[in-house]
Amino acid sequence: MNLAAVYARASVRVKASFRERSWLLGETLFPFLAMSAFVLVYRGLRAPREYEGFVVLGGAMIAYWNNVIWGMASQFFWEREQGQLQLYLITPVSRMSILLGMALGGMAMTTTRAAAILTGGILLFHVSLPLERALPAFGLFLLTLGAAYSLGMILSSLFLLWGREVWHTATILQEPVYLLSGFYFPVSAMGVGIAIVGSILPVTLGLDGIRQVFYGPAAHGLLPVRWIPPIQIALTAIFLFVSAVSLRYMENLGKQEGRLTVRGD
Amino acid sequence: MRALQGVDLEVHRGECFGLLGPNGAGKSTLIKILTTLLLPTSGRALVVGYDVATEPFQVRKRINLVSGGDSSGYGVLTVRETLHLFSQFYGVPGPVARRREEELMEITGLRDKADARLSGLSTGMKQKLNFARGFMSDPEVIFLDEPTLGLDVEASRDVRAFIARWVRERPERTVLLTTHYMMEADELCGRVAIIDHGRILALDTPSALKRTLPEEAAFEFQVSATGQDLEPLLEITGVRSISHHAHPGTGAVELKVVVQEDDVIGEVLGRLKGLDRSVLHLTKMEPTLETVFIHHVGRGLTDEEAGNGA
Repeated sequence: MNLAAVYARASVRVKASFRERSWLLGETLFPFLAMSAFVLVYRGLRAPREYEGFVVLGGAMIAYWNNVIWGMASQFFWEREQGQLQLYLITPVSRMSILLGMALGGMAMTTTRAAAILTGGILLFHVSLPLERALPAFGLFLLTLGAAYSLGMILSSLFLLWGREVWHTATILQEPVYLLSGFYFPVSAMGVGIAIVGSILPVTLGLDGIRQVFYGPAAHGLLPVRWIPPIQIALTAIFLFVSAVSLRYMENLGKQEGRLTVRGD
Repeated sequence: MRALQGVDLEVHRGECFGLLGPNGAGKSTLIKILTTLLLPTSGRALVVGYDVATEPFQVRKRINLVSGGDSSGYGVLTVRETLHLFSQFYGVPGPVARRREEELMEITGLRDKADARLSGLSTGMKQKLNFARGFMSDPEVIFLDEPTLGLDVEASRDVRAFIARWVRERPERTVLLTTHYMMEADELCGRVAIIDHGRILALDTPSALKRTLPEEAAFEFQVSATGQDLEPLLEITGVRSISHHAHPGTGAVELKVVVQEDDVIGEVLGRLKGLDRSVLHLTKMEPTLETVFIHHVGRGLTDEEAGNGA
């Protein structure tokens, strides 16, 4: 039943992606422009060519991180605003399956964005991403996604209860998160202490590892790349456990305080 | 503020049970508790034998909820896809879901719109879709929170007919219905509870509730909109209660007066003249659920607040 729920909820997003194509321009051209700005800055500074690769990889990862926050974590808040949250909460399926369906359904749009950035970076800026490293990089990417989406499930429990306040907070923190995660530069440049703090976000270490896979020591990695997969796996397990607990706790709190529905008596 | 106080009732399996009450009475709060959306602050609620607080998963497998006036689904999906979507959250197998989709679309008059996107549907159609959605899981208990709210007369009639048939088809199916429409409760419900300010004021079959009324008569007037306040009618000995509201079409005031005996009505007529109110129409009412409601609650569901005066 939970698997069917994942599939069903994902299908909504996938169908929306194909039926309402107005997002295409916003999800391809504009992110590409943002990425291009950083590439041009590095070129202007005569930075090593790997830095342009960092930007391209970071830009692609941003797409997925945004899907974690806006495509999954915040969705229960929006469903509540539309009066639909109660229809999900009275069903017997797990909340995590609904969230996972939302996340997977958003992958079509997210992957299109990431692909646009990668393709544009490779074709227009001649960024080098050695093909023989693609498979291990992809494997690390998948582990990173697992941890990131698990963290997103924890965040969704906050959105469930304190929707609007958390939404504002997430909006305000967007740029600081981009900075802390080293989306456009090696996170080790911020110093070990800050970089370790930033590593609580799975995308930080994930990007660090993927860059090392492609560029080796030139990536100025924070941690040895062989440490990163077990860390991501451990984070995934921890986040999944915490999210199961927090979703249940927040839902019960919402039920006690009557915050799960919009319509009054 | 307490939304519910000492609510103690039992709905039997196979019953269509009605909950009547004005806005703020506690109807939706009770529904939210029974559908596991709200935790009771005290007491216990069991649905199909399972505790809503400690066994919500077991409850959710067996229930569904339709809130009238709401719509469900997403604009990019079609009617058929929306029904299928919500069936999957209950583990309904694909072939079974498809059969129910066809049946429910037929019953709710949405067959022609099966492949139309929700964004292109009228409000009434969206509400019909929301109604159909609630039955896709074929629940043991369905909670209908004002299901015909906002529907036109024909659609409301179709919905009521479906509810009646649905309960009759299988004896284990149960309906808990809240409604503003007395006639709907009278037509559909085996038993009705009248609730106000969080308390159950009366609970019985509609006919038994009507029989409990004291030997009194109810009269319905149509009086002119202009004139003095109507509250002084309550000072007449023998007048038990009054309720009034403006007629939406004519602007005249529809006044219901419950009196201890028929003779009192003469004095009422005289007092109305004294209040500069012309009597346009007068009918003696047979006991209805509305009369029962007014007797217990002290006002009708559509009445204006005291002090506004028509």
